[in-house]
Amino acid sequence: MELTGADILCRCLRQEGVKHVFGYPGGAVLTIYDVLNNQPEIQHVLVRHEQGAAHAADGYARATGKPGVVLVTSGPGVTNAVTGIATAYMDSIPMVVITGQVPTHAIGSDAFQEVDAVGITRPCVKHNFLVKDVENLADTIKKAFYVATTGRPGPVVVDIPKDVQVAKTRFSYPKRVDMRSYKPVSKGHAGQIRKAVELILSAQRPMIYSGGGVVLDGASKELTEFARLLGYPVTNTLMGLGAFPGTDPQFVGMLGMHGTYEANMAMHHCDVLIAIGARFDDRVTGNVAKFCPHARIVHIDIDPASISKTVRVDVPIVGSVSNVLGQMNKHLKEGSGRPDQKALKTWWKQIDEWRGTDCLRYDHSAKVIKPQHVIESLYGVTGGDAYITSDVGQHQMWAAQFYKFDRPNRWINSGGLGTMGFGLPAALGVQMAHPDSPVVCVTGEASVIMCIQELSTCMQYRAPIKIVNLNNRYMGMVRQWQEFFYQGRYAMSYMDALPDFVKLAEAFGHVGMKIEDPADVEPALKEAMAMKDRLVFMDFITDQTENVYPMVPAGAGQNEMILV
Amino acid sequence: MRHILSILLENESGALSRVAGLFSARGYNIESLSVAPTEDPTLSRMTLVTSGSDDVIEQIMKQVNKLIDVVKLVLLTEGSHIERELMLTKVLARGELREEMKRLVEIFRGRIIDVTGSTYVVEMTGDAAKLDAFLEAAGEDNVLEVVRTGVSGIARGESALGLPGK
Repeated sequence: MELTGADILCRCLRQEGVKHVFGYPGGAVLTIYDVLNNQPEIQHVLVRHEQGAAHAADGYARATGKPGVVLVTSGPGVTNAVTGIATAYMDSIPMVVITGQVPTHAIGSDAFQEVDAVGITRPCVKHNFLVKDVENLADTIKKAFYVATTGRPGPVVVDIPKDVQVAKTRFSYPKRVDMRSYKPVSKGHAGQIRKAVELILSAQRPMIYSGGGVVLDGASKELTEFARLLGYPVTNTLMGLGAFPGTDPQFVGMLGMHGTYEANMAMHHCDVLIAIGARFDDRVTGNVAKFCPHARIVHIDIDPASISKTVRVDVPIVGSVSNVLGQMNKHLKEGSGRPDQKALKTWWKQIDEWRGTDCLRYDHSAKVIKPQHVIESLYGVTGGDAYITSDVGQHQMWAAQFYKFDRPNRWINSGGLGTMGFGLPAALGVQMAHPDSPVVCVTGEASVIMCIQELSTCMQYRAPIKIVNLNNRYMGMVRQWQEFFYQGRYAMSYMDALPDFVKLAEAFGHVGMKIEDPADVEPALKEAMAMKDRLVFMDFITDQTENVYPMVPAGAGQNEMILV
Repeated sequence: MRHILSILLENESGALSRVAGLFSARGYNIESLSVAPTEDPTLSRMTLVTSGSDDVIEQIMKQVNKLIDVVKLVLLTEGSHIERELMLTKVLARGELREEMKRLVEIFRGRIIDVTGSTYVVEMTGDAAKLDAFLEAAGEDNVLEVVRTGVSGIARGESALGLPGK
């Protein structure tokens, strides 16, 4: 029996086990929607803006490890989704984005709602396809999911012209994929692993620096075992939080621009650095010339291009972190070498001294709500086990510093691209994946406005997410930089004419709360979290001039932090 | 340092722009680029001349290799190799110059492939230095138009860039 392209696409999605599609209809995808509407196995989530669709699918992927699926129309549907695609690309999130396109005969004629989707998305996708013939459709969808989810994951765009959606052919879904030009390596090189283990065991002042790759590969167990076998200190990047338990005594906190004093100092002074699924991002390294000046470096990464990109490493290992750590753990358990306990003891003594600076301390106040206090209370009220999404800015850093993530996939934020507006739609995606789990969006009044329309989607699907809005009436991080580096000239960072967020939430059918007294913070959070079937927007009116500390200024070394 | 990359990639629409886009997006430099289908019509072969420090060249290799459409690549300048470029030059050939230009072309082992009362079109292959030398010898005032293909290169000896297992 012959099927239409739209039918074939929906069957492919079912074969891939897709349960949710985040999208928005339009002229060039109507045929697909007409079929998708009759698929009881697949729930379509109708967002209010295509950027929201991409972020929601992204949040869904980050919370589940499964690829997020997006469906948007041609032209503005694609361009609106680009920010969300780029966000996923920068953080290596598996996503398949189906875009409608004008009919093949109209491509290139500046037709209504035509853009070169493949061209526009090329720099911000792992790969993309234009399907010109229905005969290639099933094969292309199979490849898209394969490319998105294997190797270093990433978003893949499949552009499907309208006539291809209508054209008919026989359907058969390929069982496996073989691409001669794409063969990701997952098994680490045994010789390199042996060399790395030797170096690791020779360390006097070792440091484990692990990133988002550990979360993406589901290698939290292997990492934790590795760290426990060695007894070495562990720091996580912003993307890696939760991969190693945040409450573990071996955890020295996040590193980087707003990392802890102890993490950054330990990085600066270590003699062997073990980088695992991390990419030496500029927010981590600070000034590359001053980065880890005493360290020999082992780097485990699935992407060869990540190795020695900004920092030269001594022992590179290309492979999946779970595979490589698994092999290393085997060596550590079966081999005769052991860490130098005497040196390690001295090293931990030094680290504990650095810990003694208590770099995350802040002045408590009975008059004005301190943003850090809100996050600490949220941590207490949720028992540390909520899914936390965030936007970008000060609130994001405070959430990363003060919410101790013990499990992976719980901390969902835009690390690489730094996309304001990510948090709310991402929370929607997470809640669709985990309908019975608490999902909290920690945001600020500037960020949340950027995708505020998704409150409407949350109503439609009764997503009971909790929004913690740290409202300081400023673009807080912009204001902080202006205070530090622009002599307090606050150009355009004050948010004048803000909405009444309580009324705004209510207008969308949700519950709104305004909290101004520090004494009300915890009771309000408890009250909100208890409303299990409602979205609650908590507008916390916070200290306007609080800054995020510590801070490594751009261009400085990791040991050159601004402390409170 | 100047380097030559030989790239084997899927002969699909858009494959060229993926490579070119990568170079511009990451701020790498393309000195010349030549590309054509191979004896296997599903594959294209590209010769790309670029320059950069060893670290930059290593990154370029890794980034190009990461492109899904790229099947294989080698750094020709890493080993012994041959490079050639084809140049077509339209030169003045009037009066005394007519005979002189013909001799010059012979000296450079070029061929005159089109003749008019006042001009020649000269076909010449060689490495970049030889072609430059010809243009200089011909004299700026006598050269009307130049078109160069960019470098094509191949490794010496038995090593061959092809599909794995072939």
